Amino acid sequence: MSAAAVSLRKVGKTFARGEVTAVEEIDLDVQPGEFISLIGPSGCGKSTLLRIVGDLIQPSSGEVVVNGKSANQARRDGDYGIVFQDAVLYDWRTVTRNIALPLEMAGWDRSKRDARVKEMVELVELTGFEKRHPWELSGGMQQRVAIARALSFSPALLLMDEPFGALDEMTRERLNGELLRIWAETGCTVLFVTHSIAEAVFLSTRVVVMSPRPGRITEIIPIDLPQPRTYETREEPRFFELVTQLREALHGGSEREPSLRAAEAE
Amino acid sequence: MLRKGGTLLAVLAVLWGLWEGFKWLGEATELRLGTFTVTDLTMPHLHDIVGQLFEPSRTNGPLLIEVLWDAALFTAKEAAVGFVLGAAIGFAIGVVLHHSRLLQRGLLPYIVASQTIPILAIAPMVVVWTGSRGTPAWLSVAIIAAYLTFFPVTINTLRGLDSADPRALELMRSYAAGKWSVLWKLKVPASLPYLFVAFKISATASVVGAIVGELPSSIQDGLGGAILNFNQYYLSSPPSLWATNLIAALLGISFFAIVAIVEHFVVRRAPEHVA
Repeated sequence: MSAAAVSLRKVGKTFARGEVTAVEEIDLDVQPGEFISLIGPSGCGKSTLLRIVGDLIQPSSGEVVVNGKSANQARRDGDYGIVFQDAVLYDWRTVTRNIALPLEMAGWDRSKRDARVKEMVELVELTGFEKRHPWELSGGMQQRVAIARALSFSPALLLMDEPFGALDEMTRERLNGELLRIWAETGCTVLFVTHSIAEAVFLSTRVVVMSPRPGRITEIIPIDLPQPRTYETREEPRFFELVTQLREALHGGSEREPSLRAAEAE
Repeated sequence: MLRKGGTLLAVLAVLWGLWEGFKWLGEATELRLGTFTVTDLTMPHLHDIVGQLFEPSRTNGPLLIEVLWDAALFTAKEAAVGFVLGAAIGFAIGVVLHHSRLLQRGLLPYIVASQTIPILAIAPMVVVWTGSRGTPAWLSVAIIAAYLTFFPVTINTLRGLDSADPRALELMRSYAAGKWSVLWKLKVPASLPYLFVAFKISATASVVGAIVGELPSSIQDGLGGAILNFNQYYLSSPPSLWATNLIAALLGISFFAIVAIVEHFVVRRAPEHVA
């Protein structure tokens, strides 16, 4: 019996009748309350891995345990909430009714639902926008609604697939800060897929580095920046050291020519 | 609103100008297109057509517009019942076919084939079948209208139910949602813009179906009966038939407009996604 929030053992996934290997030999244990980022170039299978944890696709091999049970059972028990790169809000529902959607599915009664939605609206700081429809909100606000929706039923685990990838840099940094506040307030475990090195360092307790074709874990870097992280965290020397360490891990350490690395950094 | 009204008036003025202009030119030049010549018989003045509405329909009888108003209400009842019936059946068929690829492959060709049979061939059969069971004649007509209504609704239901965002489907799967929840909370709302395109087509088709359906069922009380009647007396009063056609067109437009108004309140979408 493992106490881990997520436990992956030798997980592999092949597509197209075994001709394309998305991920292979993935071993990972995530402890409750951790904030884990999965980072790697396009095609390294990080989104695939996230969907395997969410039981949205089936692994071809290996074992997946979420909250001490099978991924399938965890999904049926509502153990995780998920946020995609696009907010995927329902256009025909207002902000409140979008947040209430998973609660409706879980059969909560109306008064309980309303009370929880009100809490969630406050948590993501959207008070005053409750009656708006998605298309009346900015991209950042839409993503806050998506986060509120994912957390509305208090799942132990939050899966996030490049949730801020489509936002501008300033909005992204602000939402990074808010996500950490929400993470601290709710105490949930976060599995976070990203392309951004700075984002991964700023948010995570550990960063999982992946290589492409086939997707494998090449390195796991603990992030020892103190909590709570603030705007100033991004200006500390240790932050830059970790960014450099992560960048080198991503680019295969010292295997490459310095000139090539410089060119790629352009 | 004011601008829309202005545009409408301008379009009407242009159409009036085209009709009357063609009539004037045709008469002045004694235009011949085959056997067609422009006379008051083939192209009555528009003001005569509108004026005819306010003439008695027969000696000492009620005004034509009163007669046509009653006929339009009668036909509207048939068309409305037919529309609702056809839309409900069309939607139900769409939902069933959406959930079974096998049924879709097996049945869709026959559903398409059903629409290639002319309504004029179907209508008498429906009248005979339903009439022999003691169904009121207007209900037979409603069934004929439903026959024209259901098809666009089925096709657009199929298309609309498939239009849900794949990630929205993943989201529903993450909630362990059942088929029924996915249908009513995601697929049906997502299909509404497609459904309303079908409803708009079907709304006018149901009026056509009702008018055509009245002919084989010998119904005298509707617009179909009126068209048949004024067709027989065309030589003595051409504007009466034209006026009846005008009322039939207005009925079809009203049906369309009602659907468009309902759509405005029911379909909540980003402005750029509204069909």
